[in-house]
Amino acid sequence: MPGPPALPLRRFVVTVIMAAIAASAVAAEIPRAERRSGYDLMGRETRAIQDNDTANPGMLFVLDGESLWKKKTGAVGQACADCHGDASQTMKGVAARYPAFDAREGRPIDLEQRINRCRVDRQQAPALAWESRDLLALTAYVARQSRGLPIDVTIDARTQPFLDAGRAAFHRGQGQINLSCSQCHDDLWGRKLAGSVIPQAHPTGYPIYRLEWQSLGSLQRRLRNCLIGTRAEAYEFGAPELVDLELYLMWRAQGMKLESPGVRP
Amino acid sequence: MASALINVPERARRGEIIEIKTLVSHPMETGYRRTQLGATIPRDIIRSFVCTYNGAEIFRAELHPAIAANPFITFTTVATESGTLTFQWTGDNGFSVTQSATITVG
Amino acid sequence: MERSTSRRDFLHATGLGGLAAGLGVASAVHVRPAHATPAAMHDAVRQVVGTARVTPGRVKLDLPPLSENGNTVPLTVTVESPMTEADHVRVIHVFTEKNPRPDVVAFHIGPRAGRANISTRIRLADTQTVTAIAQLSDGSFWSGSANVVVTLAACLEDAP
Repeated sequence: MPGPPALPLRRFVVTVIMAAIAASAVAAEIPRAERRSGYDLMGRETRAIQDNDTANPGMLFVLDGESLWKKKTGAVGQACADCHGDASQTMKGVAARYPAFDAREGRPIDLEQRINRCRVDRQQAPALAWESRDLLALTAYVARQSRGLPIDVTIDARTQPFLDAGRAAFHRGQGQINLSCSQCHDDLWGRKLAGSVIPQAHPTGYPIYRLEWQSLGSLQRRLRNCLIGTRAEAYEFGAPELVDLELYLMWRAQGMKLESPGVRP
Repeated sequence: MASALINVPERARRGEIIEIKTLVSHPMETGYRRTQLGATIPRDIIRSFVCTYNGAEIFRAELHPAIAANPFITFTTVATESGTLTFQWTGDNGFSVTQSATITVG
Repeated sequence: MERSTSRRDFLHATGLGGLAAGLGVASAVHVRPAHATPAAMHDAVRQVVGTARVTPGRVKLDLPPLSENGNTVPLTVTVESPMTEADHVRVIHVFTEKNPRPDVVAFHIGPRAGRANISTRIRLADTQTVTAIAQLSDGSFWSGSANVVVTLAACLEDAP
């Protein structure tokens, strides 16, 4: 019976195997040129709902947001418009760069948190509850002002650690079936899961009107939905893990155009 | 708060067939859903949608729970004269929303 | 698992006699389908047409063959009609066979519509056939139908 391979050969084999694993880990990320918005993977009829502002129920929330934008509120009796003026000018590009680093928090915060920060600090009004109609409306209104603009989050020394945490979460097996986001959304996008097409999971349309919810909802709601669906424990709304994931997803979709408010199945 | 979105062309030629799109905010609760504790969530839907053109009814719809949330209805009418189109949605629990749009027909 | 019911079988079983004659088939008696809902649809249709005959044709139902989500299925119904004072569509009824109740919507139009072409979005509880019945100004009834495959969403969400 032949003895074990000589040491140099064993090392060589191990190196080849490790290179293969490393290569497959890198190959698992979607090449930039192959990135597709969930819009491109939807059926014709659902795309038609998003394409028309009268057909898109997300626009009802945008209109509500416009009213809230102008409504005086809080202890100081100020409206968003009093400081920020015409949102179509001042909010242009804002949604495209969130989550963004917040000095006071010492970490990135998402758009919903930014809106609430303004409400609490500047308007001296109570923070709006996660997934409340008013917060969704304001987020939809602000995000709408970035429609058509490329996603452009800032990754620098301050945000890098949070991006890394989000990336690690995306590739980590979780829950009862030890499934990672990457397994479906990097490796199996475009294929079907029980009659539904698996998208690449780019946050190009948030907040979205999701047909399954019959309502508008945030990216955090969608992430929790996914975690519950894959039988993992869902982080609470506002958890730093969710914002880290949001940052990673936006970075992964860097350059792709925002469609807010999007419609998804 | 925005209750409805209407899309009516601002102007049209006399005799032209125009398309009207309407979207109204409403959950259209079917009455078949249950809470986590098993209690039935009561039905709450829009039952009727009427469009009038300078007072004359040109379109009416009777809705049932099978109409999707935030009902979207598009229909056509012949542009006969300038004036006002009025849209009214009524339903359970005294729901009533009215909106109008004007059209110039030349 | 019940066998899928073809439209012809359904028409026979529910005894829409005029329809059977319209199809040129002898109105033999077939076993009534096992569950109640097609019967409820039959009753709902009867309420609209009475004993009149419903002729398949002139009504086109546009529905996605595979719906993205049963909560919101876009539907367009078109009826071939000149839509004149003398000859127009008066009402279009839409029915389903497997929803908890068969009625979906009824559209009332007239010659002022210009054309009989209406779109909306409906809910479908299951894979099934959707049927539209148009009532014309001369009292005649025409029908069209379409099949839609409906699946549950891949990842369900508990109530938030």
